[in-house]
Amino acid sequence: MLETAVVEATLQRALAGGGDFADVFVEDRAVTSATYDDRKVEEMRSGRSRGAGIRVVAGETTGFAHTTDLSAEGLGAAAGAAAAAAKAGGPGTRMAALTRRDAPAPHEVVTLPGEVAKARKVEMLARADDAARAESDSISQVTSSYADSRRQILVANSDGVLATDDQVRTRFAVQCVASGDTGLQTGMEAPGRTIGFEFFDEHPPEEIARIAAARAVGKLSARPAPSGKLPVVLRRGAGGVLFHEACGHGLEADLVNRDASVFRGMVGERVAGKGVTLVDDGTFARDWGACAIDDEGAPAQRNVLIDDGVLTDYMWDLVRARRAGRPSTANGRRETYQHLPMVRMTNTYITPGTEDPDEIIRQTPYGLYCVALGGGQVNTATGDFVFGITEAYMIEDGRITEPVRAAQLIGNGPEALRAVDVVGNDFDTWTGMCGKDGQSVPVSSGQPTLRVAELTVGGTAA
Amino acid sequence: MSDELGEIAAGVAGAARDGEQVEAYVVRSHETEVKVFGGAVESLAVAEAAGIGVRVVVDGRQGIAYAGSLDADVVASVLADARDNASYGAADPAYGLATPADLDGVAPPTLDLWRDDVLGTPTEAKVELAIAADRAVLASDPRVRGVESTDYGDAALEMAMVASTGVRASIRRTTSSVSSVALAGERDETQTGYGFDVARSFGELDIERVASMAAERSTRLLGATQPATRRIPVVFDPMVTASVLALIGSALSGEAVLKGRSMFAERLGETIAAPSVTIIDDPTNPEAFGATPVDGEGIPTRAVPLVRDGTLLGFLHNLYTARRTGSATTGSAVRGYASTPGVGARALHLVPGAKSATDVLAAVPEALYVQSVSGLHSGTNAVSGDFSVGAEGLMVRDGALAEPVRELTVASTLQRMLQDVVEVGSDLTWLPGGTAGVTLLVADMTMAGS
Repeated sequence: MLETAVVEATLQRALAGGGDFADVFVEDRAVTSATYDDRKVEEMRSGRSRGAGIRVVAGETTGFAHTTDLSAEGLGAAAGAAAAAAKAGGPGTRMAALTRRDAPAPHEVVTLPGEVAKARKVEMLARADDAARAESDSISQVTSSYADSRRQILVANSDGVLATDDQVRTRFAVQCVASGDTGLQTGMEAPGRTIGFEFFDEHPPEEIARIAAARAVGKLSARPAPSGKLPVVLRRGAGGVLFHEACGHGLEADLVNRDASVFRGMVGERVAGKGVTLVDDGTFARDWGACAIDDEGAPAQRNVLIDDGVLTDYMWDLVRARRAGRPSTANGRRETYQHLPMVRMTNTYITPGTEDPDEIIRQTPYGLYCVALGGGQVNTATGDFVFGITEAYMIEDGRITEPVRAAQLIGNGPEALRAVDVVGNDFDTWTGMCGKDGQSVPVSSGQPTLRVAELTVGGTAA
Repeated sequence: MSDELGEIAAGVAGAARDGEQVEAYVVRSHETEVKVFGGAVESLAVAEAAGIGVRVVVDGRQGIAYAGSLDADVVASVLADARDNASYGAADPAYGLATPADLDGVAPPTLDLWRDDVLGTPTEAKVELAIAADRAVLASDPRVRGVESTDYGDAALEMAMVASTGVRASIRRTTSSVSSVALAGERDETQTGYGFDVARSFGELDIERVASMAAERSTRLLGATQPATRRIPVVFDPMVTASVLALIGSALSGEAVLKGRSMFAERLGETIAAPSVTIIDDPTNPEAFGATPVDGEGIPTRAVPLVRDGTLLGFLHNLYTARRTGSATTGSAVRGYASTPGVGARALHLVPGAKSATDVLAAVPEALYVQSVSGLHSGTNAVSGDFSVGAEGLMVRDGALAEPVRELTVASTLQRMLQDVVEVGSDLTWLPGGTAGVTLLVADMTMAGS
């Protein structure tokens, strides 16, 4: 993307007036998206952005500047601005010679989306639209969207790291509206993978459409969700977002260090029942949060955060790890070159246990069975979290009975973790965009079917 | 500087071929972001960003392309991509850029949304303000034991758009804001409280306001417990009302109506809310942070009454949704340079009532006062109207705020909540994000807790 000499000169300029550390992040991103709405192609869109972000760290202060001008002069000016913002003083830091340290890609991309004709992308949308409408007469509207992105990055820093990555992602979403006597209901399904157009070999558009349509239609006959505390069984894949919110964010070292996490000072302590192991894994091949390197040049790795119920480590980015005198865990991520990196999750999941998922339902006399969740939010300082149910059923006498309408589930992270009392032997993941401090990055979360002994369900039924 | 953006836009629009409409939307922004932690600067970013979006309409087909750069070669390739994308779009006679006839002889309102001090203030002064705000929050109350972070941000944005049909528009506006999250504690309990101030000019920011707000909102939650599940009247804090209003606004968009995604679609002229509810979107009000003289298609904005005394009067439209539904644009096209114009509210507000927030509470024997909500986007559905959010706040007893509560949800449907509005307070507060808040009393919701 850039000549090594230019990158070296930029780093030297960034540290010319002092400072402890500097890095250059170059990003070239191309995206294509298409939306099919109201039975026709509503929008075919393409975009390109390219630029570099330069960071200078001096003591506790980070200075940052970014530019779209990738010439030696443009990069030099941005490096000067970042250095000025960091207010670095004193002698310049000696810079290590840059050495290529590319990490192996976690998996291969078969078909680059940029090499696929736009007409084929539109064809996928039309197929989804047909399949959704064929699912039921009560489907009154269908919106399908296709999106691909290719993000080529280069990271270089004053420690001598020079690494690149080529991240290709494909996502397809179908949202259906069903109309009935009870009004309108919606259903959505939106898988995404860090792969190319071969995505559709695993996820035919018809299959995604049918799931979304059935979800909307099912809710037409749904009864109001219960209100109050009850056992909640989370189907494989559906509940990963609970652990992402309930404990993942609280294990991010930046929040821990600013005393904004209920998990501060708890490494080595039991935070969950035996059988609960939580992992964050950027190498989890093909999943939505996968990468070869993080946005600070560290090779992606598998980090065990909770091992059989005991908290083993937090997630770290480079700058906070340096201050703590330890290695990064490759969790430094940024939305674009215009953003500073911070500690972020990648693919976060609970590993499978031993129980038969059907048996978990049979052992639950009364409770809620959640099949799909729509995202959530957490206050890491208190541990209080929420997440929305988008498809759920009542469990009565150990059997799944009627569907219930959308509602919120709430709880407290440490309490919910301790309340996990059975873990199934199946597994699936969920695709999402995770927001933190105004930056959004692709993540996945996963889990086997499991039961939380007690959560508060915020329905309207007394 | 806008002249330079206007020239770039005019250059692209001027390249339109016979039978082709071309629109260029060019944006440049200057931003400063300061993050303070522990009384010192954690990070400082000073940035300039620019981008262009090009829309092409040809033979009734539309395509768009964009790029985060204004370099001449990039701009040329964006136009070529937009043309290519248009060839894949479905033909629809309702597509088409604004023409001088669409302006209907209406001149855009004159709005002064730019303050020189946002760009003119030295970065050092902005850093000092952020540090002073952080210290003020920490000093505001002995129970405030820490500050999660204090952030200062400002933006100066300039936009120029030119359509080959002869419509041109430009906008420039500034905002600056400072916000902080206080960590209040007693023994091993921690509660958080958000405080902020936002203004068009740097000079108007008030850090004492940030400090007292963060302190009050964090400390009054100390000792919060989970309440018992029951049905109860609910009073929304103005910031919460603004978020709920934004959801209602999305169901009042002509786009939602056109695509069968609005619970209000068939209800024009009907009573959808209590008589105390009047909802207006007025981007011509300079106090609103979403104020703008023209919309994303170059159409002059105007005050759009949507609900009056509980009766649904109309929907928000851009040119496309207006043409498709046989109505007129309300100047409500919203967009960034990377997207086609959608439909949205910019300055949505409830017309305030007569009672102050204190007087609204005084009339209530028992209620839940909701200070903040979480999961608004995962737990509510603007299509079906289902509403269920996590909340924290205080109980109201005998007309006054009483003990704090947390780990609870409040639930109803948006349709029901509109009908159940008992009182709209007089405390109208403009917030970033296109809506204003006001204290709101809703007669009956389900509170779920223990």
